[in-house]
Order: sequence, then structure tokens, then C-alpha cells
Amino acid sequence: MPAIELPDAEIQCAQLAELIRPELRPDTLLVGIHSGGVWVARRLQRLLDLDTEIGLIDVSFYRDDYRAKGLHARVKPSSIPFDVEERPLILVDDVLYTGRTTRAAINELFDYGRPASIQLAVLVDRGHRQLPICANYCPWKVVLDPSQELVLSTDADDRLTWSLAEHA
Amino acid sequence: MHNPQLNANGELSHLLSIEGLPRDVIVHILDTASSFLKVSARDVKKVPLLRGKSVFNVFFENSTRTRTTFEIAAKRLSADVINLDVTRSSTAKGETLLDTVDNLVAMHADMFVVRHAASGAPYLLASHLRRIGRDDVHVVNAGDGRHAHPTQGLLDMYTIRHYKKDFSNLVVAIVGDILHSRVARSDIKALTTLGAAEVRAIGPETLLPTEIKKMGVRVCHDMADGLRDCDVVIMLRLQNERMNGTLLPSAREYFHCYGLTQEKLRLARPDAIVMHPGPMNRGVEIDSDVADGPQAVILPQVTFGIAVRMAVMGILAGN
Repeated sequence: MPAIELPDAEIQCAQLAELIRPELRPDTLLVGIHSGGVWVARRLQRLLDLDTEIGLIDVSFYRDDYRAKGLHARVKPSSIPFDVEERPLILVDDVLYTGRTTRAAINELFDYGRPASIQLAVLVDRGHRQLPICANYCPWKVVLDPSQELVLSTDADDRLTWSLAEHA
Repeated sequence: MHNPQLNANGELSHLLSIEGLPRDVIVHILDTASSFLKVSARDVKKVPLLRGKSVFNVFFENSTRTRTTFEIAAKRLSADVINLDVTRSSTAKGETLLDTVDNLVAMHADMFVVRHAASGAPYLLASHLRRIGRDDVHVVNAGDGRHAHPTQGLLDMYTIRHYKKDFSNLVVAIVGDILHSRVARSDIKALTTLGAAEVRAIGPETLLPTEIKKMGVRVCHDMADGLRDCDVVIMLRLQNERMNGTLLPSAREYFHCYGLTQEKLRLARPDAIVMHPGPMNRGVEIDSDVADGPQAVILPQVTFGIAVRMAVMGILAGN
């Protein structure tokens, strides 16, 4: 695989905030997908000076690969501390890949009510979509091989950093 | 030794008893349950996890509450639930347990929730399913004889963890008819596995099983002695049907010695919680002042029970 240069994820969060800012409405709410999406949503909340709480969503109960994978990973409780009814939502994730996680998250959000709209904000779109889903806000587009996994993590100083793992 | 509850990959395939469950499996169930608890608080109390799966409630012994909570849990996971009143149908006509099961498997059952008066019946089912090569069908024990009631044990652990956070310093008293109680056996196993500091079994000599000390509990025949400084009091139902025998002189006498009153509860720690698996006999094992008092967490137990059963079924059906 050709080596790619990994950008600074904190700078990307600032870029993402600037992409969102012109479209932001006073009643817009952010919903982060566990766990990377929640980290990014927390930064956007600060960068955009939002005083509303952010929603957290764990899509484990809505995944389409449950039959194959079961319920293994530690499921975190979803928490949507506001009424989604007729509100514009921005769903936040770190990586957009097949689109299946986004699909599951949208399904879960609709079990909380009928939002006015849902937009998608991600740090990176890495290609290979399997569903008709695209991001509204995305500072970085790169095409990676399916054997590669782009992982967002927080370091000891709570800074977001990218790493690239290779699978056999 | 082969653990009948685990599949070839060491994952939980059936829930038959707390005995033999590794600590991390118990913790995984409790953690998953806390996520399901939020689902029940939503407007749409349903997730699509078990969509298209058929869960058969097969109760060979009467129970309204346990059956209902399993039914609610399965429905909140989007499964189709079929309740079979086997006591009045096939069994009464002479069909054996395994023939009943074979028929239900032929109807494409994905999971059985089983209650049976005979200890070991769910185990018999699970080993039968293995023998016929149906590892994709799962069994949940909803109470078998005097042996085990693992989901009650797990929901009790969930309740204790919810209020007390950590097990390591806890003193837990289990009071009453331990001899006939599968709940007590499951609780004791779970508390031991999760590392509770001390488990006390309180009751009259006639209602404590002889092998109880081997389970690692402290036996107390005196209620005051047993309740002193404990953090959790689990009251057991005095099963009325046992009152006719020679085990107890009378319900009044029992209440006098082992019924939980506010006065006796004051011996426990001030922040002690009071639990009861239900249904309660007010004025027999528990006084109304306690049952309706600030230390009782009996109704939260019911709410947690649904989330715990959702977690168990969600984990089993995925393995």
C-alpha cells in the first residue's frame, strides 16, 4: 500500500466547524456516534459556541451485521437529551466508509421522533460506499484500500490523532 | 469440563444458571442491560435487534410476572413472541418435554424461555439441541425447580450495582425460605462471583438447606444478628404452600422472627437497600412500612429486570 500522510485531526475539526458555521441554525442540534463521532461532536460544540447539549448514539442495537457479529463490544447507552421533533440535526462521525453505520444511526434517531432534517458531518470520507449516503460536511477525502483501517484515537493530552492499521 | 452454557467459541449460547458463568460474562450482561434501560424510557420502546426471530415462552409451571417480563423484553427487541400454555395442552395429553421441543424447533423457534418444576429441565433441553445439531437455537432458564433462576439473579446484581456501584465491600443478607428458593441460589452464586465481601443466609433451621455453608455464606438463625450493618437485604417470598407442612409453626410466628419491619431494618446500615423478587406477602415476610418505605427498591428491580432480560436475549441470539 502506498503510504499516505495523515493530517492533524484537531485542525480538521476546526475546518469542519468552519464548513458547518454558515449553515448553522439557532435550533441545530449535534448528535455524535460513539466513540470517534462523540469526540468530534464535543469539539464542534466548543468551536461553534453551542450551548445546547450534544446527543450521543451507539448504533449496536441497529447494526445490520448483528447476525454475523453478535453483541460483543461494550455497548454504550445512547443519550438524546433533547426532543428531536422538528429540529435540524447534524449527525457527527469520524470516518465515513460503507455508510452502514450512518444508516443505523438514522434509523435509531427516527425512534426518538421526526427530526426536521438530518445532515452528516465527518472528518474523512474514505470511499467504498455500499449505500446511497454522502456527507454534507467533510474536510478530507481519500480513497483507501479495504485492507486499511483509519483509526481516530485520543492521546495522553486528549488530542485527536489518526493512525492507519493494515489488516491481512 | 465442557460448559453446557458456552458454544465452541466460548461464547454464551444458553443461560442455564449463574454457576459456571465467568465474571466477565456477567459484567458484559449487566453493562449491556444499562444500554437497554434507556430504550425502555423512550417513546419508541423498541430496537430492531431480534427482528424476525421467534421466541417461545414455554412455561411448565405457572408464573405471570416472569413470563410477562420475558415477553415484554422480547417484544422490545422486535422478536415475535409465542406463549405456550403447555401445562394445559400437549403435556397434559402425554407428550414428553423433548417431543414438545422438537415440534417447536420444527416450527422454526430461535429461542426458548423455559420454566419447569424439575431442576435441570433447561439443561436437558440445551443438551438435546446440541445433540440434534441445533446450536443456533438458544435456551434461557426462567426458573427450574429449586435449582436456579439466573435472570432474577442477574437483575438482582444489576439492582445492587446500580445503588451500591461496587461489590467488594458489600455485606448482603438473604432472608427467608432459602431451602426452596432458586432465587437465593442464583443470588449467592452471582454475589460470590462478583466478589461481595460477605453473604449471609438468614432463616430458621428448617428453611436453610444443609449444604448452604459450602456455598461460602455465613448462616444466621437470628434476624438481628444477620441484619447488623448489612448494605443489602434481599427478602424472599415465604411460599404459602410450604406453610401447611411441619417446617413452620405459623405465618404470625414467622413474621415475628423473620419478617422485615422498620425496627429490624434499623440494625442494617442507614443506606441499606431492601429487595424482594415478588410477589410479596405483606405482613408475612415484609411489613408494608418497609415495602413502601424509602429504602425499598422492589419496583426498580422490576424495571431493571426487563433491561437485563433484553440483554440476555440480545447476547444469546447473536452467538
